[in-house]
Amino acid sequence: MEHNDQSQGTLWEVFIQGNPGIPHKHAGSLHAPDAEMALQAARDVYTRRSEGISIWVVPAASITASSPEDNGSFFEPSNDKPYRHPTFYKVPDGVKYL
Amino acid sequence: MNELELAKFEFCVRLGDSALILGHRLSEWCGHAPILEEDIAITNVALDFVGLSRNWLTYAAQIQNEGKTEDDLAYLRDVVEYRNALLTEQPNGDFAVTMTRQFFYDVFSHYFYYELCNSHDLTIKGIAEKAVKEIDYHLRHSTEWMYRLGDGTEESHQRTQDAVDELWMFTGDMFDTNQGYQLLLDNKVVPNMELIKQHWTSKVNEVFAKATLSVPQNNFMQRGSLKGSHTEHLGFLLAEMQYLQRSYPKSEW
Repeated sequence: MEHNDQSQGTLWEVFIQGNPGIPHKHAGSLHAPDAEMALQAARDVYTRRSEGISIWVVPAASITASSPEDNGSFFEPSNDKPYRHPTFYKVPDGVKYL
Repeated sequence: MNELELAKFEFCVRLGDSALILGHRLSEWCGHAPILEEDIAITNVALDFVGLSRNWLTYAAQIQNEGKTEDDLAYLRDVVEYRNALLTEQPNGDFAVTMTRQFFYDVFSHYFYYELCNSHDLTIKGIAEKAVKEIDYHLRHSTEWMYRLGDGTEESHQRTQDAVDELWMFTGDMFDTNQGYQLLLDNKVVPNMELIKQHWTSKVNEVFAKATLSVPQNNFMQRGSLKGSHTEHLGFLLAEMQYLQRSYPKSEW
């Protein structure tokens, strides 16, 4: 059978929430013809071993990403501002998912 | 085994065999499915069915009480002793045939296992309760494919309609019952099969309407799996599935 991008559907990015209260994390990507099939494929590909309790699928084309050329202006200015890091606080016992 | 035990044994073997044979058929797609995502999806479903089959055959062996195990039942019985529904042994064909076969059986399982959760036999009730969530997902998956294949391209529609027409005559056999089943029904172990068939028919009609597929008007049905009469495909399947145990008895790995 001939395979091209069209025959596999479009690219979707998959985000999985592992436990209640914590953020959805990027798990990977997959091909699917539409949102429902992407959701099902994500369930089968990324939650087979009880990794998740919630799934988001997003068309990869809908994500706007920064490019490596942006790194200088985007990220380096924060490197010399240690006072922005909350390193002087103590985390209370019992806080698991901070 | 007394009469009731024998009926229970046959019932467990029938459901266990259907799950095992359908699971094996699906496993034949492993590494061959049209796209990677579906390859993993089908393999997941195959494993669900093999797991379900283990539950049934383990209980069957326990009822039989001859010191046999689920493996003896799976690997050392021949075609005429197998009781799986004729539909489940039909070859994979193209993807449309596989999905149509799956859809037909998933609709049956959905209603049948849901009712089986009310069984007065607590082991059977337990097996059914564990299975229903898996089955809900299987049905969702195959139903969505029926919509997309039936109401997809001209080619996918034609292939799916062909699959429906080809498999239709094997759907009646799923609902066949015998004296043993009647005994189980009287003892509130199993649901009324007529009821399941009504649900099945209306669900299939509903999904086909949305999927732009036609329900075949030809109502000739192949029958016989309850007595061990199978289509010629089962022998080849068993030859492959049982090869290792037959050639190297008692081997373990």
